[in-house]
Amino acid sequence: MKFKTFFWFVAPSVFMMLLFIAAPLVSVLIQSFQVTQPVMQQIEVETCTPGFLTQTCTTELKTVPTIDEETGKTITTTAWVGVQSYANVLQMDKVWEAVGSGNFGDILQIDFWKALRFTLMFTLLTLPLVIGVGLGIALAVNNAVQSIRGPVIFISLLPFIITPVIGALAIYWLFVGDGILTAVLENILNRDIAMFAQAWTVELLMYVFRVWNNAPFAFVIFYAGLQTVNMDTLESAIIDGASRLERLRYVIIPHLMPLIIFIAIIHLMDVYRTFEEIVGFRSQAHVISLQWLTYDFLVPDDAGNRAISRASASAMLTMIGIVILLILPLRRTWRDHKGSAH
Amino acid sequence: MSSKAMQQGIGLRILSNGFLAFWCLLAAFPILWITVMSFKAPRDAFAPSAWDVITGPDTRAAGNGLSVLDIIIGVTVLFFAIRWAFRLLPRLVRQMTPPALIVLGWVVGALVYAIGFIIVFFGILPPVLGVMNGLLGPLGEPIIGMTTVHYYSVWVENEFFRNFLNSLLVTAGVVTVSLTVGTLAGYGLARSGSNLAFWLLIVALIFRALPHSVLVAGYLPWFINSAEILRPIFGEISPTLYGQPWAIIAVLVAINQPFTIWMLRSFFQNIPSELDEAARVDGCSHLQAFRRVIMPVMWPGVITTGLFSFLLGYNDFLVTSLLLDAQNQTMVPAIAGYFNRETTTTDQVEAVAAAVSIIAPLFLLVMVFQRQIVSGLTAGAVKG
Repeated sequence: MKFKTFFWFVAPSVFMMLLFIAAPLVSVLIQSFQVTQPVMQQIEVETCTPGFLTQTCTTELKTVPTIDEETGKTITTTAWVGVQSYANVLQMDKVWEAVGSGNFGDILQIDFWKALRFTLMFTLLTLPLVIGVGLGIALAVNNAVQSIRGPVIFISLLPFIITPVIGALAIYWLFVGDGILTAVLENILNRDIAMFAQAWTVELLMYVFRVWNNAPFAFVIFYAGLQTVNMDTLESAIIDGASRLERLRYVIIPHLMPLIIFIAIIHLMDVYRTFEEIVGFRSQAHVISLQWLTYDFLVPDDAGNRAISRASASAMLTMIGIVILLILPLRRTWRDHKGSAH
Repeated sequence: MSSKAMQQGIGLRILSNGFLAFWCLLAAFPILWITVMSFKAPRDAFAPSAWDVITGPDTRAAGNGLSVLDIIIGVTVLFFAIRWAFRLLPRLVRQMTPPALIVLGWVVGALVYAIGFIIVFFGILPPVLGVMNGLLGPLGEPIIGMTTVHYYSVWVENEFFRNFLNSLLVTAGVVTVSLTVGTLAGYGLARSGSNLAFWLLIVALIFRALPHSVLVAGYLPWFINSAEILRPIFGEISPTLYGQPWAIIAVLVAINQPFTIWMLRSFFQNIPSELDEAARVDGCSHLQAFRRVIMPVMWPGVITTGLFSFLLGYNDFLVTSLLLDAQNQTMVPAIAGYFNRETTTTDQVEAVAAAVSIIAPLFLLVMVFQRQIVSGLTAGAVKG
């Protein structure tokens, strides 16, 4: 295919990606060094309250946003503030204070570090869980009789396909208050339980939700991979006297290795932007994630202002995080790719 | 497997099937349970005893319930409705529509069938059964509490159908545009062995990893002020992009592009390039070869990719909740409106009913397109 033809085929797609992905990234980078604020002016306001004989009047200086006479909108200015927004998000002074006094736990009181701790731990801990559960289901389905495989795949796809926010809500409703599963737990443990009252139980439910939500994806891919396992290798392994577990460990898992890496990469990308469970579980008081932090800055506050520059700073930090997280697995695939090409 | 050594011991079989049964229960339970909850009076829905939630004594006491007769007839109608949907409907669609318009025929057929089902099941059946229950006496007494009052208040009183229409608009737009743009790019990438194509795919992969909030932080200031920014170019007609469904469509299409082109590329690679070479020899240009020869054999891949685009547009919460205003809200972010005023248990059950309304179409989607979804998931992975 000539370059010119290729160019015209990919042009619309590249244009959209440049306009709506690359350009916003540049814009976020610039915004993170700027602050846009309404121009404030001080005006004298005289307030009078009715009193006996004369009114009591007080004059005070008030700071109000300047309003453009023509358009009726507030006038804003944009100033370069350097790394001020990053400092506001990171709050390094508090971090050093905590380090200095030896109370490392205090670092996790700061929103950004709290979110970072949860996001990283969540991403890395759910990874083996999802791969393990997915592989388990794939092996079990592969063992099952042909006739039930279709329905089982159908049921397994449900958690993966339904809207993540709704999935989180569904689990929330099972546990909220005296919800059905809380009631069961209370019966078993014989004590009062409130699943959404403390951070660790909320976090536990988030792990449950994520595995429930993502394991089907791993399952489907492993199941497809299991269909291509070389039967001859498997049979020779049996002749050599390999037990079932040894066959799994030395034949099947090496065969699935590329798929495991594939799932790991997709998982890192998807779980790093975990957000839906915070919304569904309404856990912002206890547990927040990096993407939720940016979202929260972007949502207008009570006065209708959006903290765009702080959101941009936290967005940039979030992005740096995912790049660091993905470098290792991507470099490995890259090397495999080059190795296989020769 | 024929080999005797492959046969499994009874213990392992039980373990494996037991695990599978447990997983199926785990996978389906939350969804099934909220569906049951949405049909009960608030006190039953959040009752601590599972039996109370299923039978709904409170709902029954209020006079809403199903008798033995209702259940028998309802299940029979449902059974035949599903059976006909898979046997009768495909045959009718194939007979009634010319092959060129088969997609349109399916859309119309499915729509007519759905409307017919709703009329029979919710319009005709209840009054008829009401009369019959009255005649039957004790057998016509309700035994299971069930009420559709929450669905009524969600869809009619709270005007959830507006959100539904917005969702429909956004997802239809996302699917059409991203497939049009994506198939072109996917074909170009699959047929070009150049380094540029390779790097384009790598950049797309990096774009796919970006959290969506990063992008939204970039859009927001521009979208809110777009009327002023665009005024020098478009004059007075320049729109405020914030709150516009078509702006959301463009954003979601772009966010989805990396994934779309990767998936379509792997489907195009499965089509032997001899096919377009033959077309080229016969005098087609690249675009003609693409349209006349490749696209007709590409439908499975396009349908699969379309499904995933649909899911992205339909399931999105973050982008739509930040970039759309209240009037144009789609269904998923609209449900967040229920949390804010979720003070009484009635509100909670209404939120449950809204949630079930949102996932019901997805349930049907998996039922009809299970094969395509599985093939789509494995397309990228197994071939690397």
